[in-house]
Amino acid sequence: MGGYTGKILRINLAEGKTSTEPLNMELAKKYLGGRGLAGKMFADEVASDVDALSPGNKLFIAAGVLTGTNAPTPSRYMVVTKSPLNGVIASSNSGGYWGAELKFAGYDMLVLEGKSDHPVYISIKDGEVEIKDAGKVWGKDVYETTDALKQEFGDDKAKVLAIGPAGENLSLMAAIVNDLYRAAGRTGVGAVMGSKNLKGIVVRGTGKVENANPDQMKEVVANSLRKIRENGVTGQGLPTYGSAVLVNIINETGVYPVNNFQGSYDPEADLISGETLTEKYLLKKHPCYRCPIACGRYSKWDGKEGAGPEYETAWVFGSDCGIHDFDAIHEANDLCNKLGLDTISVGGTIAAGMELVQRGYIKPEELDGTTLEFGNAKGMVEWVRKIAYVEGLGAKMAMGSYNLAESYGAPELSMSVKKQELPAYDPRGIQGQALSYATSNRGGCHVRGYMISPEILGLPEKLDRNSLEGKATWTKIFQDLTAVIDAVGLCLFSSFALGLTDYTALVNAVTGFNYTDEELLACGERIWNVERLHNLKVGYSAVDDTLPKRLLNDPISSGPSKGQMHNLPELLVQYYAERGWDKAGVPTPERLNMLGI
Amino acid sequence: MRVTVKLFATFRDGRFKVEEKNLSEDSQVLDVLQLLNILPEEVAICLVNGRDVKEQHVLNDGDTIALFPPVGGG
Repeated sequence: MGGYTGKILRINLAEGKTSTEPLNMELAKKYLGGRGLAGKMFADEVASDVDALSPGNKLFIAAGVLTGTNAPTPSRYMVVTKSPLNGVIASSNSGGYWGAELKFAGYDMLVLEGKSDHPVYISIKDGEVEIKDAGKVWGKDVYETTDALKQEFGDDKAKVLAIGPAGENLSLMAAIVNDLYRAAGRTGVGAVMGSKNLKGIVVRGTGKVENANPDQMKEVVANSLRKIRENGVTGQGLPTYGSAVLVNIINETGVYPVNNFQGSYDPEADLISGETLTEKYLLKKHPCYRCPIACGRYSKWDGKEGAGPEYETAWVFGSDCGIHDFDAIHEANDLCNKLGLDTISVGGTIAAGMELVQRGYIKPEELDGTTLEFGNAKGMVEWVRKIAYVEGLGAKMAMGSYNLAESYGAPELSMSVKKQELPAYDPRGIQGQALSYATSNRGGCHVRGYMISPEILGLPEKLDRNSLEGKATWTKIFQDLTAVIDAVGLCLFSSFALGLTDYTALVNAVTGFNYTDEELLACGERIWNVERLHNLKVGYSAVDDTLPKRLLNDPISSGPSKGQMHNLPELLVQYYAERGWDKAGVPTPERLNMLGI
Repeated sequence: MRVTVKLFATFRDGRFKVEEKNLSEDSQVLDVLQLLNILPEEVAICLVNGRDVKEQHVLNDGDTIALFPPVGGG
């Protein structure tokens, strides 16, 4: 058997015990790994009514079956737990080097249970696992912690994953950051780690991941690499400009949110675009493990160096806050990495805060002298810091934009779905993306079914973004395929160039299994339904498959897409039917039976 | 007629970011591409006033044309 190490490491932090158990191969065949297998185990092991920040919640950190192999983009790992932000099944994904290293150390997955009575970190050196005191690094930022833990470990090749002050302070937007600049950012997973008094995990592995069919793998990998190289997006666009190249595309299309989604076009967006980043800030590319795309950026700004912002980050600290100061955006991005915060949710919450000030809900005396207004870059950066350290109004903001806006009696000013902040696309001018946002199993999110790809970028084929035709079907397929990609441990960006057939070939070559395309995609559908069932159990229903009031009721007010509006009600009817769910959005017994759930 | 042409990513190399162009009546996007020495197959996204169009699209006075090579992200 290849791909899997066949071992799960279970750590009970309350008892200080570690144990190894064999991977359940029957489950692995149905749920693959990563988001899929961890999600299924989470649903089986954790009661749906558990408080997300209580010791009863568990943290699953899982690599995929292709993580650490020589498949293209094999860097990803997934964090699965109950989200403290919104109670849904959280699954937050990260690249870098940590996930592959976990496989090299001999584990497919870590399961972290209970709560330590003092701050600890976990040290993994191949089969040697220790729970160690983290008193010296508790309170330190991610960069300091990474350095300190590596030093104590005594091997510069060790990989570190850690939380920053935001996770320790239980901010519901706290991220888990690995390899300094890569984050499992969304759904507040950093707070769950903080609630367990777990500061970090250092891992060093000297093993390798086996391929069941090395010759077949060589051919399949060569074929996939050729497709990635020859594809304009993965071969040229992303490597040259990074993901922020989207700023101008989305803006010129007129679906680029401005000032907390009050506008949809920014005449000055080019100041914070991928083109400008490349021209004025880029020092070098900063790729993840064995990535042929290398979209990651390493920048210089204002006398400093560090990770350059992704598209969502450039947008959220930029146009969504009315800001065009790229130095400030770099600074806010760096602070999020350093203090352990999710850029999309933090920026979205600051933007919501700015609108709450604009409309008189937040009073000047609540601001402790720090400006919170659209266009004020200095204030924006300071609010990022205040959120991480839960200072003053920052403590309220650390609970996310929905809780913040609701506390002022104006929840409609939170641009979120299921309490999680929306990313950088105005769904009113993109029918499929509207449906994808509304039905995302982790709340407001673009990477649970990236309909921007066909509707705006024209990949794998161009769809009319304003038409409803075929959108429910496309959205379902994209959601299921994304679940497969997340479960096998590859980067979603590979899918600009690769299709289902390529993923099937890679999985089969590595594992020696014989999935058909349909069977592999069914794994994705199974994952999607398991997540849906969990969310229904915690109390979500069809009424939550929606969008914030502004995006639900008012057409786009200005810019190239002025007057456009989605037809979410009709799309949802089609989508539930497509999924084999009843009219209330509940999976039918027939469909669950068909999927073997 | 006058149109605004916006170029992005590698299309800017050796050209410009944004320029106004005078075109004869009934000009198509294709005429703009020829003027700029861009082959139609190099264009991944062509927007006129934010709408996706093909290269045969006939332009009107005051239009804004945005041209992108294959790029993307997220």
